[in-house]
Amino acid sequence: MDDIAIKVDQVAKEFKLPHEKHTSVKSAFINTVRGSKRSIERQSVLKDISFEVKKGEFFGIVGRNGSGKSTLLKMLAGIYEPTAGSIQVNGRLTPFIELGVGFNPELTGRENVFLNGALLGFNRKEMSAMYDAIVQFAELEKFMDQKLKNYSSGMQVRLAFAIAIQANTDILLLDEVLAVGDAAFQQKCTEYFEKIKSEGKTVILVTHDMGAVERFCTRALLIKTGNIEVLGDPKDVAKKYTIENYKVFSKEKSLTETVKSLKVNVNKATLTNKEKLVVDIEYELAKDKPVYMGISLIISGISVIEHNSKSIKIGHEKNKKYRVRYEVPLERLNKSEVRLDVAMFDEKSQQLVGYQTNAANFIISGKDDAHKGGVILSDGMWSKK
Amino acid sequence: MLNRILSKQNRALLSELVRTDFKLRYQGSVLGYAWSLLRPLFIFIILYVVFVKVLKSGGAIPHFPIYLLLGIVIWNFFTEMTQQSLTSIVGRGDLIRKIRIPRWIIVFSSSISAVINVGLNLIIVGIFMLINHVDLYKTVILLPLIFIEVYMFALGVSLFLAAAFVKFRDVSYIWEVFLQAGFYLTPILYSLSIVPKLLYQKIILMNPMAQAIQDARWATVTHDTVTGWKLLDGGWYAYIPLVVVVLVLLGGLAYFRSQASSFAENI
Repeated sequence: MDDIAIKVDQVAKEFKLPHEKHTSVKSAFINTVRGSKRSIERQSVLKDISFEVKKGEFFGIVGRNGSGKSTLLKMLAGIYEPTAGSIQVNGRLTPFIELGVGFNPELTGRENVFLNGALLGFNRKEMSAMYDAIVQFAELEKFMDQKLKNYSSGMQVRLAFAIAIQANTDILLLDEVLAVGDAAFQQKCTEYFEKIKSEGKTVILVTHDMGAVERFCTRALLIKTGNIEVLGDPKDVAKKYTIENYKVFSKEKSLTETVKSLKVNVNKATLTNKEKLVVDIEYELAKDKPVYMGISLIISGISVIEHNSKSIKIGHEKNKKYRVRYEVPLERLNKSEVRLDVAMFDEKSQQLVGYQTNAANFIISGKDDAHKGGVILSDGMWSKK
Repeated sequence: MLNRILSKQNRALLSELVRTDFKLRYQGSVLGYAWSLLRPLFIFIILYVVFVKVLKSGGAIPHFPIYLLLGIVIWNFFTEMTQQSLTSIVGRGDLIRKIRIPRWIIVFSSSISAVINVGLNLIIVGIFMLINHVDLYKTVILLPLIFIEVYMFALGVSLFLAAAFVKFRDVSYIWEVFLQAGFYLTPILYSLSIVPKLLYQKIILMNPMAQAIQDARWATVTHDTVTGWKLLDGGWYAYIPLVVVVLVLLGGLAYFRSQASSFAENI
């Protein structure tokens, strides 16, 4: 237990969501008299989460919006109580769910530093010891006796972040606070993360930035709909997260009076370039009109493969479902994220009659080759002359 | 237990919250902190003019202006503390949802602000006493005890109201009406002796606020004040107001504690 900073044991969290919130005694009374429980919905946000964070770990928590990661963080911070299970924290924990909590625009920078410090659990003496470092980090030496309302938003954020990272604590909880400030300040923050990492402080970071996860985290956790999806290597977590995100990438569809429906499916969300991509397309026309289909694979905004179906004359009777398949080997492509667009054209007029962009998205995975990049795998060679 | 409650962090937080509250109270005013003394002073002068010079109420009560002021100060203390505490948890919702601080500290800090205010008000009352040539009784040393009683009563009510307000926003309106009724049911503007039946006087004195105000007047201004101890003459029910205070405090604490863990979700 000594080397464990946080132990989360079978934690579950449920929220009671009243459909019409009774914020009045009358409705609460009426509901009690009626005995109606119908109006309360239980929403289970986290189900049976267990993990441990060891001392000195840089632990990442990632997940899509609504996955429950913020709820988990709030429970770690002691803001929410778990519905079931237990959380043990070993050491002094300082949460930063939001920067500059309790900042008051009417107080001066100096006063706000002490107020914010007190809210985080530091007394005046401790804050005085950290004060100079905070001001220096925030680069606000000249402004500390001005009221906060006269600060620019960037200055406020800098001050808040400076307090957060100067906080002398055992365990830091950080929620999406990396994305603040200008490039120079970001650089300072990055350096700071490197520093606390080397100092062996325990950090828990909730973020959407997979770059940060891969760079700083020693271990990471991916949450999906309240369950642990992956726990372990930050690279695996980052990869899985990226795939998850691609799956739900917004599909943009446009159908006209000619095309009634257009469905696109790919065989896999992740393929290696040794595999074949198989695209199944189902469509239905509202008018009997000869059409052809076009498909395009887009990597980094460049259409790398385009192919139309003119060679096979696809069916065009109205109100009848047709299925077509497109197969292509990916051996010439390097590892990348691919977007797939499908379009239908009128054969006579060549006009677009329906399309779907982001119809399916997938990842081509491959071995990391430190020497080769780009979209296309090449057999290029270097030699000395 | 007490060690944990008064830990270094909690003390620092409490002092910082009270400090901020005070700094912000007279924010932007030219006279600043002076207002915390000037405000009660002016209000007392108005009351003095209205009740002593115009309405000439008070009759035979010696030092009636002080008698009146003391009642008003105690009642205002109760009103201010409960009303500020009532909205304190919801008003600090931004903190509660984003940071881990003991919830009670928020209510406690608003109660401390009220205590500081009543202290300042008492300074003004003291000045009026000097002007009025009130001879101090030895019993004035009981005054702090009476204030502790009122504080405990107000704290119990505050904890209950603050927690209830998170769930039911109409608590604030209900409490406003309650306070208005309480103001007239407590002998503040009138003397208890004008209440017709002795039974009614006794019933009125069951209210801890009435008991405290009458006791404070007895201890400070005049021993002629009708108090529960005199009226009920050692009967056990003279202790009812004190029992009420203890029950309200414990009840308020218990309710607050049962609700505190879900404040963050319910606000």
